[in-house]
Amino acid sequence: MATPVMNQEPGAAAAQTRTVTLGKSLNLGLRAAMEADPKVIVMGEDVGKLGGVFRITDGLQKDFGEQRVLDTPLAESGIVGTAVGLAIRGFRPVCEIQFDGFIFPAFDQIVSQVAKLHFRSQGKIKVPMVIRVPFGGGIGAVEHHSESPESYFAHTAGLKVVSCSNAVDAYWMIQQAIRCDDPVLFFEPKRRYYEKAELDVDATPDPLFASRVLRQGSAATLVSYGPSVKTCLESAVAAAEEGTELEVIDLRTLSPLDLTPVFESVRRTGHLVVVSEAPSESSLASEIAARVQEECFYSLEAPVLRVTGFDTPYPPSKLEEDFLPDLDRVLDAVDRSLGW
Amino acid sequence: MSSPEQWTHPEPGVGPAATAAAPTAEQVIAGLRATSEGGPELVQLLTPEGERVPNPEWDRYVADITADDLRGLYRDMVLTRRIDREGNALQRQGQLGIWVPLLGQEAAQIGAGRALKPQDMAFPSYREHGVAWCKDVAPSDLLGIFRGTDHGSWDPIAKRFHLYTIVIGNQVLNAAGYAMGQRFEGKVGDDDGEATMVFFGDGATSQGDVHEGFVWASVYDAPLVFFCQNNQWAISEPTERQSRLPLYQRARGYGFPGIRVDGNDVLATLAVSRWALSECRHGNGPVLIEAFTYRMDAHTTTDDPSRYRLTDELEAWKLKDPIERVRVHLVRHEQADKEFFDSVQAESDQLAAELREFCVNMPDPPKERIFSQVYEDGNPVLAAQRDTYLSYASGFEGGDH
Ligand SMILES: Cc1ncc(C[n+]2csc(CCOP(=O)(O)OP(=O)(O)O)c2C)c(N)n1
Ligand SMILES: [Mg+2]
Repeated sequence: MATPVMNQEPGAAAAQTRTVTLGKSLNLGLRAAMEADPKVIVMGEDVGKLGGVFRITDGLQKDFGEQRVLDTPLAESGIVGTAVGLAIRGFRPVCEIQFDGFIFPAFDQIVSQVAKLHFRSQGKIKVPMVIRVPFGGGIGAVEHHSESPESYFAHTAGLKVVSCSNAVDAYWMIQQAIRCDDPVLFFEPKRRYYEKAELDVDATPDPLFASRVLRQGSAATLVSYGPSVKTCLESAVAAAEEGTELEVIDLRTLSPLDLTPVFESVRRTGHLVVVSEAPSESSLASEIAARVQEECFYSLEAPVLRVTGFDTPYPPSKLEEDFLPDLDRVLDAVDRSLGW
Repeated sequence: MSSPEQWTHPEPGVGPAATAAAPTAEQVIAGLRATSEGGPELVQLLTPEGERVPNPEWDRYVADITADDLRGLYRDMVLTRRIDREGNALQRQGQLGIWVPLLGQEAAQIGAGRALKPQDMAFPSYREHGVAWCKDVAPSDLLGIFRGTDHGSWDPIAKRFHLYTIVIGNQVLNAAGYAMGQRFEGKVGDDDGEATMVFFGDGATSQGDVHEGFVWASVYDAPLVFFCQNNQWAISEPTERQSRLPLYQRARGYGFPGIRVDGNDVLATLAVSRWALSECRHGNGPVLIEAFTYRMDAHTTTDDPSRYRLTDELEAWKLKDPIERVRVHLVRHEQADKEFFDSVQAESDQLAAELREFCVNMPDPPKERIFSQVYEDGNPVLAAQRDTYLSYASGFEGGDH
């Protein structure tokens, strides 16, 4: 079960499902959101005529016009800052940041305005915007195109942060994020854009801010999100061949964290490995480790282990396979945990 | 009622304000033209047909250029183009992860690059392979970035050519600071003064960093030449997505001169760049140059321009090719013969072959490289992380992994 097919009535589903890539799913989700609400607008660099460098917004400008799909001037602070104004005015902007490493010019707007306006105005101002960020490595790119900056945003109160790991979730989560009245940072695992799954657009999705157990197991728990979820599922398959059943949990929501399924799992398995591409220092992986030891101290049979990117800048791409957690590093950590 | 000029050059007190919200078709066309044609203020010394047009204002800055020098500029451009085409081919063959072509921008980059003196500093974006050439950066040193073996392997201090900067606009502020330093150290004021040149694109002009760079350089009188290559496109976005008025005119608002030069004319670009650098060297900086040129190829090897621009446009710009006009000029004035052109051709083939040879033999970086030089004085936590990983990885050596 590499990619989950959710909420399907066996038998009846076949006619309604279609095979889509994660990227296409986002595109379909954006389209559905724009059809459902005329206040939804898409803005970013090259999102219009080109359809985005990853084609996630392909065809939207053609069908919804230049007033709803804006090829903006080249400035991320401008994109996010004007989206704040548009949101105050009643729009629901969906901003695209072309690559993870280019979100930083918008950092000030995100941290100072997007995150705080609701609090500062004591709820009088809502900022229902989504900031889409293709993130993570593994595509052989040059600098600034492979980063995992999600922890900065999870660290910032007032922002909601989610990440989808498969095509089915992509379709639903982007629509739910757009409907959310709080600002949502939406991290898309760019190296998984071409991963396929069966999508049933008539299904009832899970809530947005909920983690999900993707695979059950009793020996140890793997927790991950975004691009590393697939790595974890593959690790679990490999471990199963050796007779070790790993439980795999896809966090989906990074802020607020939904760790209840993680606590329940760890209470059963006694072992937890957290997997993420981001450097570990002061990261989400560290936060999860801290919370689990607070909640599950007596159930733990080994310390929580983290398999992450190193505490370095993202390396030149010839070295990224070393940097990124892979199946071997995940299983090595599982072995260390089980052998503690 | 309202004239096209009003729409493109809004001035107070002349007719109705704010016509931009509902421009007439005529005004839109005028607006587009203001950013997509060179316009009357374009400095040009060599026409696309290779005609040398006298220019009382600018001739003096290239009065010393002999036939030999012109042949040298031609050679620079041909070799630069050859490096570029080889980079593109190497990417197509899987030897590079990506390549960023400069095709069409050779004159802008060689004109600017050859105006730089050894003491001058340059801050490139990511497309300045021609400026790198002028700054004596070995073409093979550019490959690592695109092959994924390093983030820039030349010595930016020794070469006075900063690392490529990919985050749009960042380098403009860095260059402003560097130029402020040149002034603070008393290195401006005479013919031997220092100056800095920073390269960025038309799209970059929208970034806050570029605006701030204009502000800083101007209030500190920094010896900085802002060299904007307006190649008409920022990936899929035409220049009119970034500006309502020609980019060079922005300088006026910051209080320093701005000038638009034919960026496909190496002689004009050299003249204007020499003037601008000289102004800075003598303490009259900063200056903005808009080099009006065209990105003949895709944005990068991963881009598909057929999705957003017409081949007609490309065809029109082919007629303004920067190399062809110099060739025609040299031939017409009998300043170069077949032997010369053949020898440049042979030299470029040789250079390309060497580049290819170098590229395919580039070793992968060692794993230690991930952890090295993150800090000047190291970091014990990171050192432990490195040791753990290297010892873990050594367990796979010789195996299937
Ligand atoms: C801050 C930032 N945002 C987005 C990008 C992605 N990007 C790379 S090049 C480019 C267009 C740049 O256009 P321009 O400034 O005209 O330079 P050109 O590429 O045409 O030389 C964009 C949007 C980036 N590198 N940095
Ligand atoms: Mg450009």
